[in-house]
Amino acid sequence: MVKYTDAQLDRTFGALVDQTRRTILARLGREAGVSVSELAKPFAITLPGVMKHLDVLEDAGLITRSKEGRTVTVRLRPDPMKGALEWLRRQESFWSRRLDRLAEYAEREEVKASKRSR
Amino acid sequence: MTSLTLVRRIRARPAIVFAALSTPEGITHWWGPDAGPVLLAESDARVGGRFRVRFRMLDGSEHEAVGEYIEVVDGKRLVMTWQWAFGGEPDEGAEVSSVTIDLRAIDTGTELTFTHARLQTENSCRSHTCGWNGALDKLERYLS
Repeated sequence: MVKYTDAQLDRTFGALVDQTRRTILARLGREAGVSVSELAKPFAITLPGVMKHLDVLEDAGLITRSKEGRTVTVRLRPDPMKGALEWLRRQESFWSRRLDRLAEYAEREEVKASKRSR
Repeated sequence: MTSLTLVRRIRARPAIVFAALSTPEGITHWWGPDAGPVLLAESDARVGGRFRVRFRMLDGSEHEAVGEYIEVVDGKRLVMTWQWAFGGEPDEGAEVSSVTIDLRAIDTGTELTFTHARLQTENSCRSHTCGWNGALDKLERYLS
């Protein structure tokens, strides 16, 4: 069982907060390896702008870049996202079960209160 | 900055849901995540007041959460700090987080919006990485 540190989680969530970076990750999820210039095409920002986003994603360990000749190919590295998802799921399951119990209790109390006021 | 938001529609009026959330009597009925008992419930639901709840889970482990009420709007809103005094998530330690609960009256009762977030500190959260939202769905789409 892999343990994900708080620092890693903060980097992952920090990287995912940005729409452009999420779009890049989504594309890398569909296509196995994409060149930097191809990745930059759909965006109305400059190539250096895209490079900055790629730096953030690489720092977070979410992508790898490899140079082949004059082309830099970008690939998805999904492990940190799995860590983030696992953390969220654990939190969600804990609170979700508690809110279910709260709802059941409140609904029983509502039935009692309605009977009393009748 | 990481946060979790959950929404529930409950067939009970907001005043009843609010009492279930904030009174010691209410808390004893639902606080634990499984059918294990609540062993201790203290709650002083006013700004600056504190809560302390200890519960035992079916696996025998005991946990205690403590916190302080930051905002209290009767029947509508609760904001509190949240911290494990003992037990809880092993890798979370005694980190302080914040819990916000908003209640809204709807035709069928109450819509409850629950948000659990880590407290923002200058070190762990620069402004552009804060306020991160709804990423569970997005992550699931990426990974599917």
